[in-house]
Amino acid sequence: MISKKWMGRFVALLTGGSAFTTIAAVLLIVGIIVHGGAPHLSMKFLSSAPSEGMTEGGIFPAIFGTFFLVLLMSIAGVPVGTITAIYLNEYVGQSSKIGRVIRFAVNTLAGIPSIVFGLFGLGFFVSFVGGGMDKVFSGGELVWAQPNILWASLTMALLTLPVVIVSVEEAIRTVPRELREGSLALGATKLETIRKVVLPQSMTGILTGAILAVSRGAGEVAPILFTGAAYFLPELPKNLHSQFMELGYHIYVMSTQSADVEATRPLQYATTLVLLMLTFALNFSAIFLRWHLRRRAIR
Amino acid sequence: MKKRIRWSEFLIEKGIAGIAFVSLLSIVLIFVFVFREAAPIFNQKNVSHAETSLADESVGESGSYGDVEESESYGEPGASESYGDAPSDDSGSAVTSSAKADSSTDSSVAVLPAVADTMSPAIEEEPADISAASPQASFVENLLSDIWQPVGDIPKFGIAPLLVGSLKVALIAILIAAPIGVLSALYTSTFAPRWAKEIMKPTIEIMAGFPSVVIGFFTLTILATFLQTIFGYEYRLNAFVGGVAMSLAVIPLIYTISEDSLAAVPKFFTEGSLALGAPLWETNIRVVLPAAIPGIFAAILLGIGRAFGETMIVLMATGNAALLSANPFEPVRTVSATIGSEMAEVVFGDQHYVVLFFLGVILFVFSFALNAVAELFIRQKLAAKFGGAS
Repeated sequence: MISKKWMGRFVALLTGGSAFTTIAAVLLIVGIIVHGGAPHLSMKFLSSAPSEGMTEGGIFPAIFGTFFLVLLMSIAGVPVGTITAIYLNEYVGQSSKIGRVIRFAVNTLAGIPSIVFGLFGLGFFVSFVGGGMDKVFSGGELVWAQPNILWASLTMALLTLPVVIVSVEEAIRTVPRELREGSLALGATKLETIRKVVLPQSMTGILTGAILAVSRGAGEVAPILFTGAAYFLPELPKNLHSQFMELGYHIYVMSTQSADVEATRPLQYATTLVLLMLTFALNFSAIFLRWHLRRRAIR
Repeated sequence: MKKRIRWSEFLIEKGIAGIAFVSLLSIVLIFVFVFREAAPIFNQKNVSHAETSLADESVGESGSYGDVEESESYGEPGASESYGDAPSDDSGSAVTSSAKADSSTDSSVAVLPAVADTMSPAIEEEPADISAASPQASFVENLLSDIWQPVGDIPKFGIAPLLVGSLKVALIAILIAAPIGVLSALYTSTFAPRWAKEIMKPTIEIMAGFPSVVIGFFTLTILATFLQTIFGYEYRLNAFVGGVAMSLAVIPLIYTISEDSLAAVPKFFTEGSLALGAPLWETNIRVVLPAAIPGIFAAILLGIGRAFGETMIVLMATGNAALLSANPFEPVRTVSATIGSEMAEVVFGDQHYVVLFFLGVILFVFSFALNAVAELFIRQKLAAKFGGAS
């Protein structure tokens, strides 16, 4: 029998070792990418288009495309997510059936693999909705029934919906009951209470949700693989039915399918660094907002 | 004045309720539409078989779009509805392809009824018999074969290598990620001092925010070479590398959920055990950990689900060769990677298209089931365990 003291040390070592291994892995990945990509980062890189078969130039179209994508995605997803969270918190009781059904749906949405969302985007948005729109609006001409930025952003909006809902719910819950009751006691209707009391107080949560959704949306590549992203486009996406370049997709294609993988390697590192920095910036601001929210709730 | 407000408010509230159902509606829609595109798999007569030469690579050559019934319309060269420029002869041959004598793809669906256990679909049949023999049965056989080679003279849609590939990668990933994730959670929630926890927890949660494409890129460039120099196997990108990369993505997930359930264990469990004289490590392992088991189990289940469905990491790190073997050091192709890489180049409505959607259905059903079990498990066990306490 090993003495209890040594057993204790072993357990602490084992668990601590696991935790430190994980942290070491995080730092290592970040470090290597920074090391490989920082030398090639420059204003010119961020603002010019790729050239010479992706071995030179910059990634501005990809940045623009990513930006456009998450903008559309937020316009579509954040309001829907906020309203769903409001409904779940204000209009539906704790143990009601409808509430449970919707929450189950949200949890299921959160667990669906991202590539299945891509399939849905193709089968529903591109062919069903797009095809219908072509029949009605363009008289059969092929305009909407193909992969484009609109369908890609709607697919992404669906993907990130659970993130928004959870964040907003978290914020709505911190609004003290007394505030709502006071408002109702003064004669405001439920809707007015929500509009003027609950919502303004939950703004941090809504913002957090939006930021987390954007972070996820900028990073996920699987759903846009065949719903709209392209490797090289001669011009920026001009309207809703054009394709677009995107950071994550760019990294994927450049590192696996470019004509000369070694020559584009510096650009791959730099692009990865840009994506990573973007994700970090977004996540940190979300963490900061959430910390602010929790502090307010404790008070 | 009051009455008018009440009316518009009523409508708005109904609107809110309606929008809240979007998430439910989208689950239903995803279900319906993914299944719908895969449905022809059960009715092979109506699926067009693409001419296998160069036609496979172009996306826009098949028949009409947007029709609800896939059956008849694929073959029709519907002028107003067909794709793009090339008036493809695919569309003309689609519906009646099963009766064509010269189409080489038909040999893949023609099988002598008596030979039930032949894996190779390449048996020549007389043209007259093709429409008589069941294309459905032979297609099912094609699905169950163990070669995945959808582009070629005789397309082979054996999904076994893909399923085994997904399984291998997910298994390796979970074997690495589950212990590390749970033990790290145990450390930060029970052993670590408060200041350490404040630093470690966010750092590991940052890992959760890594786009999987970044992890895939890191693996492709650095990790694969590193692992190969350590272990010295033949193929640089294989299931093992994919599994290690996947674990990088799954660890934060398991960590977060396990940490939550460990933190939810009531404080008096720990306090009581310590008061009875047990050392901290024994308290944590024999009192706190068992109390959090339902949540940890759910965490691992969700980790498995994520490992199975993740696409970008496997696309970049597993070598993408649809081999069927038990050797973890050989390249594999997972279900998700197959969908991801082949979907962009598939003819709409084609047999290949249908099989890819069918793979999507498998993924969807699998993760749905895992999710449901994990959720039921948490709720049930937690209610039973803590329902009577305090």
